[in-house]
Amino acid sequence: MKALRKLVDKIKPNFQEGGKLSMFHSVFDGFETFLFVPSKTSTSGTHIHDAVDSKRMMSMVVIALVPALLFGMFNVGYQHFLATGQLVATYWNPQTAQFWNIFLYGVALVLPKVIVSYVVGLGIEFTVAQWKKEEIHEGFLVSGILIPLIVPVDLPLWMLAVATAFSVIFAKEVFGGTGMNIFNVALVARAFLFFAYPTKMSGDEVWVGTNEVFGLGGGQLVDSFSGATPLGQTAVATGKEFVIHNVAGATTSWWDMFVGLIPGSIGETSVIAIALGAILLLVTRVASWKTMLSVFLGGAITAFLFNTFGAESNTMAHLPWYYHLVLGGFCFGAVFMATDPVTSARTEKGKWIFGFLIGAMAIVIRVLNPGYPEGMMLAILLMNIFAPLIDYFFVQANISKRLKRTTKSINA
Amino acid sequence: MKSLFSAKNKEVIVGPLSLNNPITVQVLGICSALAVTAKLEPAIVMGMSVTIIVAISNVIISLLRNTIPTRIRIIVQLVVVATLVTVVSQFLKAFAYDVSVQLSVYVGLIITNCILMGRLEAFAMSNRPWESFLDGLGNGFGYALILVIVAFFRELLGSGSLLGFHVIPASVYESGYVNNGLMVMPPMALIILAIIIWAHRTKVKQLQDN
Repeated sequence: MKALRKLVDKIKPNFQEGGKLSMFHSVFDGFETFLFVPSKTSTSGTHIHDAVDSKRMMSMVVIALVPALLFGMFNVGYQHFLATGQLVATYWNPQTAQFWNIFLYGVALVLPKVIVSYVVGLGIEFTVAQWKKEEIHEGFLVSGILIPLIVPVDLPLWMLAVATAFSVIFAKEVFGGTGMNIFNVALVARAFLFFAYPTKMSGDEVWVGTNEVFGLGGGQLVDSFSGATPLGQTAVATGKEFVIHNVAGATTSWWDMFVGLIPGSIGETSVIAIALGAILLLVTRVASWKTMLSVFLGGAITAFLFNTFGAESNTMAHLPWYYHLVLGGFCFGAVFMATDPVTSARTEKGKWIFGFLIGAMAIVIRVLNPGYPEGMMLAILLMNIFAPLIDYFFVQANISKRLKRTTKSINA
Repeated sequence: MKSLFSAKNKEVIVGPLSLNNPITVQVLGICSALAVTAKLEPAIVMGMSVTIIVAISNVIISLLRNTIPTRIRIIVQLVVVATLVTVVSQFLKAFAYDVSVQLSVYVGLIITNCILMGRLEAFAMSNRPWESFLDGLGNGFGYALILVIVAFFRELLGSGSLLGFHVIPASVYESGYVNNGLMVMPPMALIILAIIIWAHRTKVKQLQDN
């Protein structure tokens, strides 16, 4: 650690005003504050300073996302080998070659997406920081890994790059950078992709990698192959009774969906992996348990109401509520997107309403609009707009309550 | 002849193109700018229609300006504009039917275009016919210019064509390029308009707020 500090101090003059590399000043500053907590203190006014600055907070979210990322990689490979009928019984055993084939296939497809997202996003952040002569905002650390996790595996890299650039510029930088954005940056990227390139973001063709990648995988697809996600299948089904199939045509159980061995966006499938991340976020108090819990409550209650009163012909309405909660991006959105401290409600009571409406709205969109079998993205973006309004009412209510109390005590 | 193109008159016609642009600076007529710019052709026709209507109605109102009672001037302006809009709309239906179908209600809605009422109220009511004519032309061109720029990018990126001709070669599509579906939808018109305003204000120092 000391050696690193010495190295940083040694190269520091190069990056300061007038130094040889002063054009990379903001880049250096970004890395220095990433490695060491800055020693700067405020010189005016009264400040409460927390030991955990936003860089440390962001790193925590990134660590929380690692289980979902690793499982996502494994699942990408798993779906591929299942679709080509090459899966052997011991695929889950890390001692076997099959396990590593599966995992490496996923790595080969997912890692480029992560790299593209970071290079494009951080490139824009660094440029803007240098241009405005500011420090680099750390916000993209999280967005950069969220974006690849919420897209289908078949998405071309250039589309990912375009969407990342769009959302960093128009959802974040034009509003003033990290902490000033109205909408969740990663979800704006996804919404952009969803509306700009619908053929690559929805349907039956994009959720499973079917081609050979760097000599990994490949092979003939089984005859019964269908790449539709469970939610996609439910959206097009009719009638009350309905069985969900996996990519090879066999029945999918609730347990499969819970574990996450189903087609879907890369990081969203496994409830277990997301739960591991959620525990870390809750223990470190980075995310609010109120928001998280209320999203699940809202979703469960709304889905339960549809189960009880929904129209006979609407299969999605009769998908049991405990299926709704584990399918699609519901868990991922609830844990990593709804709890985004920048775009969610900040008042403690407001968090309950904010979260509850996200859950409720996601299920309403799923059930009532067959065009959008996944409602989580639109629900969170919609509630992002309402978050300031919710906060406003709670703050105003508190002000008027206190005002009443004071006037009462004066009168008495 | 010299006074017809004096420096002041030149300013009247050139100003709306940049410094006083009806869309990017005065932020008028946004609705139609968003609605008809998915393709280049309707945008050009729309720009021409608005230019003709603003110019002619400006002249008519300017000729009548001393006889119009102040209290009913809006009604008089509306009658003039409505007449011209109907003429243009019928003309398009007769000679450019396909485009008029694409423009649908937006030709009729020129009557509610804020640029028209704005120019009639702010300029034609207090200036002579020739200046009013130039002002109408200038504002019409300023409006058309922005429409064409927005439509150029929307059609190129959204449909891969310009004026209906495919300009992006098939080989690009074969290598994986896909048209951007969002460009055809109205939200993207708003964002492109915002980019134009952004670029415009960055370039022209007078427009920047302190």
